Amino acid sequence: MSVSGAIAPNIQLGAKIKVEKEKRKRLGITGTISAVWLALIGLSALLAPWLPIPSPKQAYIDLVQPDGNAPFSTSGHVLGLDGGGHDMLAQTIHGARVSLQIAFGAVMFGMVVGGFLGLSAGFFKGKVDRFISTLFDIFLAVPALILAMSLVAFLSGSSAQSGFLSIERIMMLALGIVATPPLGRIARASTLTWSEREFVMAARAQGAKNFKIMFIEILPNVLPAMMSIALLSVGVVVVAEGGLSLLGVGVNFTDKPSWGNMIALYAQTDLQLHPWLVFTPIIAVFLTVLSLNNLGDIIRARFDAKETTL
Amino acid sequence: MAFLMRRLVRVITVVLFVTFFSYFLLNLLPGDPVDTIAPFATKEIKEAIRKENHLDRAVPVQYWFWVEKFVQGDLGYNYTPSSKNPVADDVKSHFPVSVQLVLYSILLTMLCAIPLGVFTAYAAGSRLDRGINTVLFGAFSIPDFAIGLLLAYFVGVKLGWLPNGGYKPFGSGLWTHARTMILPVISLAIAQIAGFTRVLRSDMIATLQEDFITMAKSKGISGKRVLWRHALRPSSLTLLTVAGLNVGALIGGTVVIEAIFNLPGMGLILTSAIRGRQFIALQSTVAIIAIGYVLINVMIDLLYTVLDPRVRNVS
Repeated sequence: MSVSGAIAPNIQLGAKIKVEKEKRKRLGITGTISAVWLALIGLSALLAPWLPIPSPKQAYIDLVQPDGNAPFSTSGHVLGLDGGGHDMLAQTIHGARVSLQIAFGAVMFGMVVGGFLGLSAGFFKGKVDRFISTLFDIFLAVPALILAMSLVAFLSGSSAQSGFLSIERIMMLALGIVATPPLGRIARASTLTWSEREFVMAARAQGAKNFKIMFIEILPNVLPAMMSIALLSVGVVVVAEGGLSLLGVGVNFTDKPSWGNMIALYAQTDLQLHPWLVFTPIIAVFLTVLSLNNLGDIIRARFDAKETTL
Repeated sequence: MAFLMRRLVRVITVVLFVTFFSYFLLNLLPGDPVDTIAPFATKEIKEAIRKENHLDRAVPVQYWFWVEKFVQGDLGYNYTPSSKNPVADDVKSHFPVSVQLVLYSILLTMLCAIPLGVFTAYAAGSRLDRGINTVLFGAFSIPDFAIGLLLAYFVGVKLGWLPNGGYKPFGSGLWTHARTMILPVISLAIAQIAGFTRVLRSDMIATLQEDFITMAKSKGISGKRVLWRHALRPSSLTLLTVAGLNVGALIGGTVVIEAIFNLPGMGLILTSAIRGRQFIALQSTVAIIAIGYVLINVMIDLLYTVLDPRVRNVS
């Protein structure tokens, strides 16, 4: 999966994998920290409207200092205020809500569509496989971020007038389409190996229908491999949302802050004088991606999901 | 040769599909696409724009006209209230900037990642190796635009060492040119370096346990020579594979980094096309980038055949 964060960290090639396999049974310190951070940011994003934080639209104009409100300098506003007097903690948490919503939506889309296509390709082989694999190849032929960008641009151009898709949905759909081929390929590769196993033969011998075999026998075994890539993909989509915002597509800051549009806006207006405004969402993105990559690695080590079978 | 032909057919199919897909999307726009592209124009001008882009015809016909123009180097126009500029002119002047960025980043990546990878593989398990690994894991998780903005602030604003934007061509002097490229290139290269080093390290650790390395060592060849000659060589294919996988991310990153450092590359064409809702210009530019990307992948496939005789014989 590569949208903007380059390849997954642990790609190992050939039959050389076995040599340096770190089997980590438990989460370990870094794993725990990662999980705690993700739980914290996920919960506060989920519960943002009910948390004791001001609304991100609330402007404390009278508190704005001439040289900016740095974190910890204004009482009651831990992360400071931006130039318009908006509370930065509230913006970051509500931004997480939008960014993570898009990321999860996109990856869920990729899991469902990619999973279904990959499972079908690996299970039915032959013509079905060729058709689906070609489809994946075509979508992989455009750099992921460029594809996502033009999808968002075209789709938001088209629904601006009709308004049947909100910009968040459009982002989910566009980034979901981009996330589909890598997840689908993993599902396909994994299905190819699992569908030759004895228990699948046994199920077939007992007269199970194709769909039953696919979803009851094979899918549960394919999911772990997909999960570790999915975790990495969530991180990649969070980063992609930022990149797209910097390119000028995505959720509008004045409608709803997201990590991406916060970075894009403050980078333009405040980088010189109030850099912390830019760094706050950047740090949030970094910690989230770091945690997701770390957990993804741990799951990969646990389930020994190999990307080499692509 | 047959191999080349097959690749070529594939490339053309993919590009046709991708552009048709975006043409299809363009036609999803409800109402009149001309109103979207040039809302400011008078009725007569709108009619001219419609004629010029064959927007009055059926979608497949429109598309065919677009393809015909595209292969002749006519990429359509950017419409503004005061003028219309050929997109091809923009592409001609902006494309080299993006290519430079990508090339310099790959160069810097290799210069850093190969020694780092060889060293960490050689010293695998040592404290230094683990330290480097942790740093690389962190570096891998920083988005390129975050590195770009950090550098822009600390090096560009705080220290004031390097300019924070703008572009000077190579012709205006090596240092003048380099000054404008250093920060963007570092921003792009850091995640790449992390990725390459980690892959090279694990690949080389595996190679170092192979029999032919033991053999070379037992023949009395110096450790350095074994490391750089015998152990690194098989990894060249791995590096090539990773390079191929990463080019897409690199192109995406380049576009974003150009926006941050205000470099007149393909990213700038894209952003201004999006802002001005110039969908025809957008589509042509995306098609150019897609073609560039596919061609790079073909080149990498060809390099395989040069590096690995086994691939050559199969095809």
